[in-house]
Amino acid sequence: MHELSIAMGIVEAALDEAQRRRVQVNAVHLRLGALSGVVKDALMFSYEVACQDTPLEGSQLIVEDVSVVVFCPQCRETRTLPSVQLFQCPECGTPTMDVRQGKELEVFALEVEEDEVQEHVVQESEVKK
Amino acid sequence: MSEPRLVEVRRNVLKQNDVIARALREQFRAAGVFVVSLVSSPGSGKTTFLEKTLTQLQPRYRVAALVGDLATENDAVRLARSKAPVKQITTGTLCHLEAAMVQNALQDWDLHQLDFLFIENVGNLVCPSSYDLGENLRLVLMSVTEGEDKPLKYPTIFNSADVAVVTKNELASVVGFDWNAARTSIESVRPGMQIFRLSAKTGEGMEEYLKFLSQQLAEHRSVARV
Repeated sequence: MHELSIAMGIVEAALDEAQRRRVQVNAVHLRLGALSGVVKDALMFSYEVACQDTPLEGSQLIVEDVSVVVFCPQCRETRTLPSVQLFQCPECGTPTMDVRQGKELEVFALEVEEDEVQEHVVQESEVKK
Repeated sequence: MSEPRLVEVRRNVLKQNDVIARALREQFRAAGVFVVSLVSSPGSGKTTFLEKTLTQLQPRYRVAALVGDLATENDAVRLARSKAPVKQITTGTLCHLEAAMVQNALQDWDLHQLDFLFIENVGNLVCPSSYDLGENLRLVLMSVTEGEDKPLKYPTIFNSADVAVVTKNELASVVGFDWNAARTSIESVRPGMQIFRLSAKTGEGMEEYLKFLSQQLAEHRSVARV
């Protein structure tokens, strides 16, 4: 089980971003690929442990599952795999290892508390878009 | 009353590991050493397989190994019989190797003096799949005693590996190992994967696999020189 060290990595990344923006974090949104090698339930449990005695204590971890998307060389299209046990195009059955999505292990957003400091954050996120 | 809002951050959680792994890969390329990592479940025969690999490559190549283990140094002691330089990485409670551990272990080794470096991961088919170690080739081992559907049970690690090695082939007939079923399982989770079927104990199939490694080293060096 390596989910605790992954959870600590999530907390570290979230804290770093939160401190830079001087915001209080209510929830951390994570994109978790089906090929990331991380077990979601174990991660949810580990997250609570990893948050203890940090400013993230009491925050929520919200996980968005990311399915595996491959490119089918036959159809010339990207396809979502229904299962990670079968790497072939679900439409035509052509085997493929051209993985375009599904390895994600990414803190992609923080749900933060609005306050005066937020003016700055709004501008920063506007710029990013 | 304050309103919660979302701030996009987009941070790869394993970025630190990936950065070190990239640096290692560059270091390996510059030194001209071909690095092979081994992953498998505990008891699949990794250490015996690696001992034979080191012994049989040694007349022609300069080889060395790093071995990850939770608590003991037994594997390093066994591998030392091959007379190749071997270093143990004791991970404590950690169930996998990370790039930083490899980097630390290699600090006092001159990689230019090596042709092949083998990294034996901790016996575990789950956790090592998330961590890039900078290796050039990842071998996943499964023994004939583990069941033909092992790849379907652990698709992520098989998918992350480059080559599958089916070990303990001397026991295949005793346990009624179904070779076609195993090959279908591997193909299902990793289409086109190269598969070697061998017995480290009797030596059957080792020659073909060692020849493959030699070819990989030659290719690696011809690309590295460009």
